[in-house]
Amino acid sequence: MAETDTLSAPLPIIDIKNVSKTFWLGEQKIEALSGANLQIRKGEFICLIGASGCGKSTLLRIMAGFEQPTSGEALMWGKPITEPGPSRGMVFQDYALFPWLTVRNNIAFGPKSQGRSTGEVKEICDRFIEMVGLQKFANAYPHQLSGGMRQRVAIARVLANDAELVLMDEPFGALDAMTRERLQDELLDIWERTKLTVVFVTHAIEEAIFLADRVVVMSPGPGRIDSDNHLTLPRPRDVASPEFNEIRRDLSGRLHSHHAKKAA
Amino acid sequence: MVDMTSSAPAAETAPPRKASLPYLGKAGDFALAMIVPGLLLLLWYVATTQRWTRLIPTPAETAEYMVDFAFGGIYDDAFSATLHIHLLASMSRVYGGFLLAAAVALPLGLLIGRIPLARKTLDPFFQLMRPIPVTAWLPLSMILFGLGAKSAFSLVFLGAFYPILLNTIFGVKNVDPKLFEAASMLGCRGNAQFFRVVLPAALPSIFTGLRLGLGLAWFVIVVGEMTGVPQGLGAVIMDGRTLSRTELVICGMIVIGIVGYLSDRIVMMIGNHLLRWSPTHHG
Repeated sequence: MAETDTLSAPLPIIDIKNVSKTFWLGEQKIEALSGANLQIRKGEFICLIGASGCGKSTLLRIMAGFEQPTSGEALMWGKPITEPGPSRGMVFQDYALFPWLTVRNNIAFGPKSQGRSTGEVKEICDRFIEMVGLQKFANAYPHQLSGGMRQRVAIARVLANDAELVLMDEPFGALDAMTRERLQDELLDIWERTKLTVVFVTHAIEEAIFLADRVVVMSPGPGRIDSDNHLTLPRPRDVASPEFNEIRRDLSGRLHSHHAKKAA
Repeated sequence: MVDMTSSAPAAETAPPRKASLPYLGKAGDFALAMIVPGLLLLLWYVATTQRWTRLIPTPAETAEYMVDFAFGGIYDDAFSATLHIHLLASMSRVYGGFLLAAAVALPLGLLIGRIPLARKTLDPFFQLMRPIPVTAWLPLSMILFGLGAKSAFSLVFLGAFYPILLNTIFGVKNVDPKLFEAASMLGCRGNAQFFRVVLPAALPSIFTGLRLGLGLAWFVIVVGEMTGVPQGLGAVIMDGRTLSRTELVICGMIVIGIVGYLSDRIVMMIGNHLLRWSPTHHG
């Protein structure tokens, strides 16, 4: 899907260089992100985790091109990200499906925007409707679907658009526990089959450890990257294993240490 | 994960009901809907046959007159068998004025809703004009358009214009910003978003505006036809008043009621079809 770099030191798909972002809330200046550095390699599954206000969503939105850094650079394949585009697909927590389009047409929205032929669009839709298991619901409207199904459509919509980077903003946060676990499994399955690069924002430690190659811990006030943890646990991961729990304890400690610092 | 498709089509044809109310089918619904009109008819019947009032004809007399008004052959006066002429005249003004209002208000609403410059220029003007009741325009429209059909037409236009304009602006301004982000990350940017995001997202509001506008058009037509037009249901009602022919007045009222109702049902059916995707838009 991507133009892979054949050089010995491959270019990172995403390179965040000293990125800061400040917002103005009336008179008050808010440092959403301060001096963030992050390199993402093609095919990695990254989780951004942290308390609210740590800038994880801001960082994701900068990668998507919805926001511009106040200072620093956000690069994709070495080129600055200036606007949203089909190569970076966003999956929103509240789905953001087009309510007036059926499942099929929601998925067709991207390919149609790219000017694909009707035949191609149909073929792409069929493929991704099948991938997320919604064949029976292809002609249903979003309001007729459960939350889990809606999020499947949102994922299929992004994949159908040939996105090589999938950005997910707490995508399973609004789902019940069982649906959430099932979608986590399905997402990992899709990721392994498609060799996608995924950046996944969550505030659930367990979810991050279950999914990610790397868990990037962020902390608030000002939002910054705290630590970058490579996980080598073999997949599929067992959430009840001692190894899993050890990592959880470790990350939990990192997450809460700056709360303690802030309180002091 | 719940299987929702089996319940969803059912939800479209039959809105959710309170469990405590036994459902008697379409005939039961009809019977319930007929209770109040039936009582009113009974009151009318009793009041006129018991001579509580002598100025209002009985339901039977009115019904007889309605037949004469529609088909003639009973009284054979100036109004016999003229219903279709008056109905057609009123309908042409109502739908003509309504369509013209829609043709002006829709693009204007889209413009004001989407372009800040247009909003700043036009919105204050319309907000200022809006509180003036349509009926207050009557004398002025008579001066501008003369006595007659043009004046009625212009009042219908004005009556339908504001609901369509305001609801279109509301719909266009209140598109969920997430949908713009979703569209742009899928490769649909700039002006392309207008037809693929703004318009469909605003459709429920636009439709509400059109429905209100058409309702008001029927509302205003009687006033509009008071301006000395020879034909039209409003003219019939006014003539009935000046000639003290109350049965004529009541016949005109009943016809407007029925035709206005049918016209609203048709709009609703079109709306339910176009907006079948919207969970909140079923009437």
